[in-house]
Amino acid sequence: MRAKKSRLILMVIGFGYAFLYLPIMMLIVFSFNESRLVTVWSRFSTKWYYELLHNQSILKAAWVSLQVAIISATIAVIVGTLAAIVITRFKSLRGRTLFNGLLTAPMVMPDVITGLALLLLFVALEQSPFWPFSRGISTITIAHTTLAIAYVVVIITSRLAEFDRSLEEAALDLGAHPMMVFFRITLPLITPSLIAGWLLAFTISLDDVVIASFVSGAGSTTLPMIVFSSVRWGVTPQINALATIIVSLVTLGVIIAGLLINRQQRLERILNRNGR
Amino acid sequence: MSYFLIAARSIMLLPFLRNIKGRPFVLAVPLLWTLLFFVIPFGIVLKISFSESIYGAPPYGAMIEWLNDVTMSIRINFSSYLFLFQDNLYVKSYVSSLGLAGFATLICLFIGYPMAYGISQAPLKWRLPLLLMVILPFWTSFLIRIYAWVGILGHNGPINSLLLNLHLIDAPLTLLNNNFAVCIGLVYAYLPFMILPLYTVFEKMDSALLEAAADLGARPFLTFLKVTLPLSTSGIIIGSMLVFIPAVGEFVIPELLGGSDNLMIGKVLWTEFFNNRDWPVASAIAICLLILLVLPMIVFQRLQMRKS
Repeated sequence: MRAKKSRLILMVIGFGYAFLYLPIMMLIVFSFNESRLVTVWSRFSTKWYYELLHNQSILKAAWVSLQVAIISATIAVIVGTLAAIVITRFKSLRGRTLFNGLLTAPMVMPDVITGLALLLLFVALEQSPFWPFSRGISTITIAHTTLAIAYVVVIITSRLAEFDRSLEEAALDLGAHPMMVFFRITLPLITPSLIAGWLLAFTISLDDVVIASFVSGAGSTTLPMIVFSSVRWGVTPQINALATIIVSLVTLGVIIAGLLINRQQRLERILNRNGR
Repeated sequence: MSYFLIAARSIMLLPFLRNIKGRPFVLAVPLLWTLLFFVIPFGIVLKISFSESIYGAPPYGAMIEWLNDVTMSIRINFSSYLFLFQDNLYVKSYVSSLGLAGFATLICLFIGYPMAYGISQAPLKWRLPLLLMVILPFWTSFLIRIYAWVGILGHNGPINSLLLNLHLIDAPLTLLNNNFAVCIGLVYAYLPFMILPLYTVFEKMDSALLEAAADLGARPFLTFLKVTLPLSTSGIIIGSMLVFIPAVGEFVIPELLGGSDNLMIGKVLWTEFFNNRDWPVASAIAICLLILLVLPMIVFQRLQMRKS
């Protein structure tokens, strides 16, 4: 009975992973296909990679996306950390739940609504003389930051809520300025979550096509926007090559992250054993 | 000590920084950000949904007009909302979006539940790699993952060629550009969001409870029904919300996989805004969608808050 049950679960797991990975595998295999048809195999070739790396519009868009992702992730981590401090530390503040709700709401908001709302805001702001940004890279960055803050807040709030406050209190008792306590004690302790939040914000920005399409101006196109407009008209092997590059980079990153987490867990286990 | 730290310390010791009131500053930055870039934009959407659609730039009429120095006229125009309810298309799109998203959520639950359970029961050293493998697709481009299905489901795709070669069918099946394809896309894109919260619940679950139920003579199915399922309710609800809410307003998936006949509300809003340039109607669509989603969103927020 038990064996039968676990075999069933194993089958579902196998099916699940196959479902998640077969489509990606197919993209990778057909990026090395010489034929223009992405589903019929002809001969091994790397010509699509060559074409991709000489496609000026894709390279330019990739550069725009990279800039937007780096800047928006950095601002999101700064603002998100401040917000997380408010949520976890300002216990006496009224409306804390509402504050948390407003900041994390973009996480579950459909992209079309967020994009529309932000575009209408930017259009309205353009009529005022004090607004310095025309629609383009800067507005995409602001939009992505707003989206990313939601995720950063969730990550850093959970970290701040679980860690030991006695260290901070000890430093305060010894007369350290609160800002000093923050930079010398709190910040180093939450660094792993800051990195995790930054990486998540970076990926979210690189992944977004809907919000960027709403708020971008005429001249600025992000990589997902180019990919979207080219796959809308059918399949193109260049996009397969691009997908393969992205998947390899991400896999490498995740494997490194996994190894690091694994090593840390092993270290903690050893430390705990010695402590006993 | 590195130069950076010395520099940071000396900056901190500058007297003017000591005089900055820390708490108001910490509160003000995120508060102003969320007011300016989240609350006010929705106010503007609400306002424009009650404006008149005109031909011009921006394509909506002013709501407040000063007739002379003292008389102000406020015009609230319900025509966009009336239009939504008069034209069958919009109601149909809302219904079909909710239906498709609900169906996709159910399928995610049926696949995700046993997967999350299986991962939580795996030997300790396998859990992290298995979990990372669930998250990995999420880090790769969403757009590209959806695009992969255009090739797979197409007339010359591997599914059709396999079935043709096995002589199970005579002509290629139409798998693309219909609701079936949209559903597959939704499940594929959002499955990790179902697995992760469920896994968190299963990992915390005390296996002694299951053993106790078995010792007391409960059959596995009964144990599942009476112990496992009630204990995992919060995971089921959070996972379902994380799949359902974004799926209802999805644009990319119906655009790439749904074909021109597909009516999902995100796509309708996009068309209304970009192709018809009717900003008031697009805003009204957004407001109605928000009202539909507000209840599941509140449930989600409550559960999140209770967890932390």
